[in-house]
Amino acid sequence: MAQDSIRNFSIIAHIDHGKSTLADRILELTHAVSSREMREQVLDSMELERERGITIKAQAVRVEWKGHQLNLIDTPGHVDFTYEVSRSLQACEGALLLVDAAQGTQAQTLANAYLALENDLEIVPVVNKIDLQQADPDAAAAEIADLIGDSPEHVHRISAKTGQGVEEVLDAVVERVPQPAGDPGAPARALIFDSSYDQYRGVVAFVRVVDGSFSTREPLRAMALGTRFEAEELGFFSPTRRASRTLEAGEVGYVITGLKDVSRLRVGDTLTSERRPAAEPLPGYKDVKPMVFAGLFPTDSDDYPELRDALEKLKLNDAALFYEPETSQALGFGFRCGFLGLLHMEIVRERLEREFDLDLLVTAPNVAYRVKPPHDDWVEVHTPSDMPNEVEEVEEPYIKASIIVPKEYVGAVMELNNDRRGRFDHLEYLSEERVHLTYELPLAEIVLDYYDQLKSRTRGYASFDYDVTGFRPGKLVRVDVLVAGESVDALSLIVDRDSAYDRGRLLVERLQKEIPRQQFDVAIQAAIGARVIARETVKARRKDVLAKCYGGDITRKRKLLEQQKAGKKRMKQVGMVEVPQEAFLAVLNLDGEKK
Amino acid sequence: MTRHLYVHLPFCAHRCGYCDFVTVVGRTGQHGAYVDALLAEFELERELLAPELDTVFLGGGTPTFTEPAALERLLHALPRAAEVTVEANPETVTQERARALRRLGVNRVSLGVQSFRQRLLVVLDRVAQPDTVRRAFYHLRDAGFDNISFDLIYGIPGQSAADLEGDLGDALDLEPEHLSCYELEAKPGTRFTHAHGEELARQADAMETYFELVVERLVAAGYRWYETANFCLTPDLADGRDLRARHNLAYWLGRDYLGVGIGAVSTIESRRWRNTPRLQRYVTALLAGRRPERELEPLPLEVQRRERVMLGLRLDEPLAVDGLTEALDGAALERLERLGLVRNSGETLTLTARGRMLGGGVTADLLA
Repeated sequence: MAQDSIRNFSIIAHIDHGKSTLADRILELTHAVSSREMREQVLDSMELERERGITIKAQAVRVEWKGHQLNLIDTPGHVDFTYEVSRSLQACEGALLLVDAAQGTQAQTLANAYLALENDLEIVPVVNKIDLQQADPDAAAAEIADLIGDSPEHVHRISAKTGQGVEEVLDAVVERVPQPAGDPGAPARALIFDSSYDQYRGVVAFVRVVDGSFSTREPLRAMALGTRFEAEELGFFSPTRRASRTLEAGEVGYVITGLKDVSRLRVGDTLTSERRPAAEPLPGYKDVKPMVFAGLFPTDSDDYPELRDALEKLKLNDAALFYEPETSQALGFGFRCGFLGLLHMEIVRERLEREFDLDLLVTAPNVAYRVKPPHDDWVEVHTPSDMPNEVEEVEEPYIKASIIVPKEYVGAVMELNNDRRGRFDHLEYLSEERVHLTYELPLAEIVLDYYDQLKSRTRGYASFDYDVTGFRPGKLVRVDVLVAGESVDALSLIVDRDSAYDRGRLLVERLQKEIPRQQFDVAIQAAIGARVIARETVKARRKDVLAKCYGGDITRKRKLLEQQKAGKKRMKQVGMVEVPQEAFLAVLNLDGEKK
Repeated sequence: MTRHLYVHLPFCAHRCGYCDFVTVVGRTGQHGAYVDALLAEFELERELLAPELDTVFLGGGTPTFTEPAALERLLHALPRAAEVTVEANPETVTQERARALRRLGVNRVSLGVQSFRQRLLVVLDRVAQPDTVRRAFYHLRDAGFDNISFDLIYGIPGQSAADLEGDLGDALDLEPEHLSCYELEAKPGTRFTHAHGEELARQADAMETYFELVVERLVAAGYRWYETANFCLTPDLADGRDLRARHNLAYWLGRDYLGVGIGAVSTIESRRWRNTPRLQRYVTALLAGRRPERELEPLPLEVQRRERVMLGLRLDEPLAVDGLTEALDGAALERLERLGLVRNSGETLTLTARGRMLGGGVTADLLA
């Protein structure tokens, strides 16, 4: 289709602000899905299309509206995938900025709206859920207009649920979103904005063709990684999969690559044709690196092979997931895994437990550190216990945190950020009631319980987003924990030198509570190098008997002992000490104790 | 053939707050019918018993609260045995009743003393006064009983170490042949725990040493700590008699036993069963000539082995490990030896004194 009839757009919205419902209405209005087939959240429920054994989620859907081809491109939903979101936005010329009329702008919406503005996207502001009783469309419209520098009258007021106002939004997409501006005659270039993996067809790339055109069976190349393959099939989703002989400049669609290794095709890379290759890739490719690391250990050490297989399978669909084998003397065999951020970690953990039915012990997360040992080159450290005893310099990742709160909580948020080595950056009023704060913080300060603290100190009103900005030097030391004289690698932590003593003390106090009394005294120590900075003792038990046991009691008492034994088996043996799994998470909420 | 018979007499004047046995309050009108049912069950199972019994044990409830004529009829009908024990509450032991028990062949009485402190007896809902206990003891002695056991409870809410010392001293002054000392178990959800749980939690640390205190004091007074919670005068202080409770010893040595009565448990030839705890159903079934409803539990070999370990380690005598190795966790055994809690001769296991103080956890560790 000619480029002047094509419009490519995304919907930017906070979770639950109605993105899926709006997509449903659009599919219905454009007759992509008949009312008979209509069910809630078509795109989400269609995520596993099983036709011919292929299982791909439709990351972009093509519809027709008044003679125009509209491509609605999905954006990944959360903070850890900022880079992926930015690629999806780069594939568009416009975006619907969708805000809940009752809840107003959220930090995540804001972050993505800024991304859209940076990408020069035409923004069509939309306030949704105007049918709700507690809706305040005027306030939401004022906030959103202020944000994008538009007038509140231009903000669409709709109800995606009832369909009210949705046609006008589609008209606005056609009128306001610019047509694609690539060169149909130039060597072919397409941006990979998402990818997925199918066990039979291999990697499936979702692309936006910028210049030229692609056809089936054409030899292709990913320009950044240099990966070569043949386009086994091209096409688009509408919303079911439709193969097509070509994809033209301005169009959005999929390419089945047949590649069996997801790491060979990265989001953000540029596809070109081998026959007439482009000279330059599209701008903006970044190699995304994991920033948050945690050890994953099977609760039952026999499950190690299952965990390895599960990670291998997950990795197929999640190129950002990093893992390598790790051996902990306390926890046995497991994996050190790297994640883009906390939510990414949560998603992986949940999938491992739910889809693969694994019982996992996840150690407290830490960040990646850049370390310069004396007389040696910089190395990256992913595990606290790997931090060398002597270092010349250490660098840690920093983030720019964006927080939106009602004004009465600004003080609470500032206090929290100060406690977390945060540096104030900027404060602005989004409306009379709501304030947008930005801070620079070490990533390490938010990986533990920052989000929980933020929520509890603002009664749940704060919304939060962040972006990793780079590495900076820090005054960091490694604190080790010794249980009955044995160093427990899984409990080591890297902390700011100024808070090492406090952290060490809190940690041993917490462990003293978590480790049950044993048959002998157990010393728990925190140490920096050879210097012990805190010590507690778990006193030995002096009695532990089943008071009486006669003919009528035997079965019950036997079961009691069997349960006790099973409980002990679930604990981790550190030397002679039985340490419950929970103790390894003691480091997670050290700050909860401070208050 | 089974040589040990347990008879359950569930009736009590009232229910004490801490008690979790199968008991029935009052209902004096039904005692006769219940004894009829007991004897009917006994007749039904008689073939399981050896012609000569070693022990008979009447437990409760409060066996001595049972209506006298009914109790007499029961004792009369039961077979003789080398040891015949009856549990008794002090307030039910009159001179007359003591003599009657003796006449009917009872040769051992286990007296539910619990404490000699008035204040603590009240906490336990006990009716007896300290002097009632002493009077009962002398009635029994006067009637000719030369094997009397006291039940004592420690860890009572409000009990100080001095209180416990006092209880032990008062008990020892009477020179009973045998003592059973139990730590109070406050079961979650009971009326007692509801009333005293917080107090107990506060005292938990202070009471940690009470078990040691009990053992030290009784051993110093010449008693043998022959089972986790049981003590008897050593033979040299008792004319050479072995005063261990023979009936209970049968449980701890893993012997078969028949139990009759509501809630009573039997273990015979790899099978265990528990009678219904419901009085009416029990009586109705047996008076109609049927066996009462029972909960059956098969005891496969591996379970029997574990029970042998669990029960055997409660005793002060070495446990022969022959045939039990599969039930034992070798790594744990090694660790416990190193910690000085278990002695392992290769053929036998013995818990050290500290090992016995920690016997519950040590046994759990040892089980494979």
